[in-house]
Amino acid sequence: MKKLLGLLFILMIPTIVVASGGSDENLDTAHIDLSDTKSLQRGARTFVNYCLSCHGASYMRYERMAKDLKISDSLLRENLMFTADKPGELMTTAMPADGAKQWFGVVPPDLSVTARYRRPDWIYTYLRSFYLDESSPTGWDNLVFPNVAMPNVLYRWQGSRIANFSEVNGNKHFDGFEQLQPGEMTGEEFDLAIQDLTNFMVYLAEPAKLVRYRVGLWVIIFMVIFTIFAYFLYKEYWRDVR
Amino acid sequence: MVEDSSNNRRRRFLAVVTSVFGLAGVGALAASFVASMRPSARARAAGAPVEVDIGDLREGQMMVIEWRGKPVWIIRRSREMLSGLGTLRGELADPDSQVLQQPIYAQNETRSIYPEILIVLGVCTHLGCAPTKNFERGSASGLSEEWLGGFFCPCHGSTFDLAGRVYKNVPAPTNLEVPPHTFLSESRIVVGVDSEGAA
Amino acid sequence: MSSFIRWVDARFPLTKVWKEHFGEYYAPKNFNFLYYFGGILTVILIIQIVTGIILTMHYKPDVDLAFASVEYIMRDVPAGWFVRYLHSVGASMIFIALYVHMFRGLMYGSHRSPRELVWLLGMLLYVAMMAEAFFGYLLPWGNMSYWGAQVIVSLFGAIPFVGEGLAQWIRGDYVISDATLNRFFAFHVILLPLLLALLIYLHIVALHKVGSNNPDGVEIKQQKDENGKPLDGVPFHPYYTVKDTFGVGVFLTIYLAIVFFLPEFGGWFLEKDNFDPADILQTPPDIVPLWYLTPYYSILRAVTFEWLPGGAKLWGVIAMGAAIVIFFFLPWLDRSRVRSIRYRGWMYKTMLTLFVITFVMLGYLGTKNPGHVDLIWLKNVTWAQIGLVIYFAFFLLMPIYTRLDKTHPEPDRLVK
Repeated sequence: MKKLLGLLFILMIPTIVVASGGSDENLDTAHIDLSDTKSLQRGARTFVNYCLSCHGASYMRYERMAKDLKISDSLLRENLMFTADKPGELMTTAMPADGAKQWFGVVPPDLSVTARYRRPDWIYTYLRSFYLDESSPTGWDNLVFPNVAMPNVLYRWQGSRIANFSEVNGNKHFDGFEQLQPGEMTGEEFDLAIQDLTNFMVYLAEPAKLVRYRVGLWVIIFMVIFTIFAYFLYKEYWRDVR
Repeated sequence: MVEDSSNNRRRRFLAVVTSVFGLAGVGALAASFVASMRPSARARAAGAPVEVDIGDLREGQMMVIEWRGKPVWIIRRSREMLSGLGTLRGELADPDSQVLQQPIYAQNETRSIYPEILIVLGVCTHLGCAPTKNFERGSASGLSEEWLGGFFCPCHGSTFDLAGRVYKNVPAPTNLEVPPHTFLSESRIVVGVDSEGAA
Repeated sequence: MSSFIRWVDARFPLTKVWKEHFGEYYAPKNFNFLYYFGGILTVILIIQIVTGIILTMHYKPDVDLAFASVEYIMRDVPAGWFVRYLHSVGASMIFIALYVHMFRGLMYGSHRSPRELVWLLGMLLYVAMMAEAFFGYLLPWGNMSYWGAQVIVSLFGAIPFVGEGLAQWIRGDYVISDATLNRFFAFHVILLPLLLALLIYLHIVALHKVGSNNPDGVEIKQQKDENGKPLDGVPFHPYYTVKDTFGVGVFLTIYLAIVFFLPEFGGWFLEKDNFDPADILQTPPDIVPLWYLTPYYSILRAVTFEWLPGGAKLWGVIAMGAAIVIFFFLPWLDRSRVRSIRYRGWMYKTMLTLFVITFVMLGYLGTKNPGHVDLIWLKNVTWAQIGLVIYFAFFLLMPIYTRLDKTHPEPDRLVK
């Protein structure tokens, strides 16, 4: 009985652990689905076209991304390889580091593992929380990351808007966004595009995720069978004892 | 302890099955560890095929590129250079390139796909020094009167002809290695991959 | 085969060692669930060493290359991600197994005479393992790695007179830098593994000299049969080799499930702040050591009384050190007439229960901000102070309550 309770307690731990995974500010939920290859492909396209100009993904190789996302070699070379000659090369940024420091005050961080550091919900919300702010050097500010040095790179898709604030009990309270100019995409289309991008960034942070769940299932099945045999072997010998 | 024979059979069966599973598990684990020592994606990227443009390479000239950390010589041989190749049979250790130092499409007299373009690794097959080129005929080369042009290795004196074939009675045992290569066009070559994609 | 063995035996005590430690080492027959963890520790240690060697083939101990080399392992090295996760999850698994293993000792009196040396060697192993984990944690050169090391090394600076010089000597520099990274690599890969191997050997030799304890706390060597074999003992091989195989099977199943499905374990085994490269200009919002060191971190932060001579920081360090050192004195603090908790009175049972709850609470509080209220009513730091008192009371009052405790008579033969 005690053993059973003990085992149940141990099995509860992962559930508690994952549930306690840190919930802070009001972040929107990004629905990550790494089995949706099309989504990953769309995200890759956005990433390479918009993010690599300033940020690097310098732990990732083009070739690996193409293989994992089922992108053909010719498609890769024609549409996605901007900063390299050969597909085996790393996805580095086009922007020189000292130039970046001059223009933005800070080198744009490498994005390879950002999804593990910032978490998907944060990235998803951040990319959709820019608003116009004339007082900032870039002309933009962000609700999730105040005074960020990054401009709203995707403003053409989202359109431009301002944020309204009011004073509530001495604290600055966010009232809502006010759209000034519409973007090329509707709100829903933009959300989907950012979802795809976030999905891609989760893949980018850990390509092994595509493999380890699959392999893991077989490993656990194998281990359970092994342990069952080991159990019968143990019981067989211990019949002698007592 | 009960020494019953049916007990023993059961014990042996269970012990064997458990051990087989156990060994299989350990084997799979070991296999993954051994795999981790194979060339990584970084090594494979560094060793990736190299594209070369030989449009500006003139007759009688040689250019040197790097592939997998080794020098690759590309020579546009003149008719005069090619004419001597057939006469050397008696002096060469492996005139028909029987030892597999080249892909199948380079297993011919000129050791090349097109007769004029020779592509070899500039690594002496004795102990790995870089031979020097000696294209001039006769005593002007510093070698013998009969010298028809080729390569001379300064380390231990090995000599190779203008198809990279090794002479007899020199320290080097085999012909110079021809790497896999493909012609994308008359002037563009990829070194490191055959047309089938083997590297 | 047998002639080969005879050849070896004439030159090396192979059969003798096998008999003494496996085939004819009589262990009590009543080992329960808590007794699996010594064997499990051995298995995990071997996994750590093998995966560690592979990681060393690809990792670069240089501040400009370290973080990138870990990502290189995760992406470019075939099965590199698997080796890395085995190692990072393995580290936490070692401490889980260690804490259960130590708890077993406290329950059944494995620290009592004649096993004091086994306990002391075990405590040295515990300290060495904490050091090994601490040095290893700097190596990925993430932001938490850097700042965690910064905090802990600066604690040495709190020691009066020699402190600052000592901290500089440890770092090899004025701040945590490339020099520190390189030497922590040397400590983690060579110095401490050798020390651990030596201590484990001594620990097992000392144990086998006196024989294993058991849940009843009664010496099986007191009751022998006509052949001199303990009546309540079974030879380690095949009985415990076969039982431990099963135990290891269960353990590996759980361990591998975590490796494949939840390697970060919600941030407890691989902290998300460590996926941000070390930045000397930006501290993470909460500097937190890995979970297994948090009880001591909690004790360190609980001492906030500036009126103490030398200051709160110094006494925090002393308290933290004392919390570890006091474990060494356990064999002499425990004055009970009986060994195992099964025959002890309500006082020890209560104190041990309180101690375990306190240890877990202190661990939890070590991950939180001291000024917040994460439990109930009181601030975290206040709970930590209460925890500190209970923690030390468990040890310091032990000579008294173990003597006063009403014990039950121990049996002659093992019950179960």
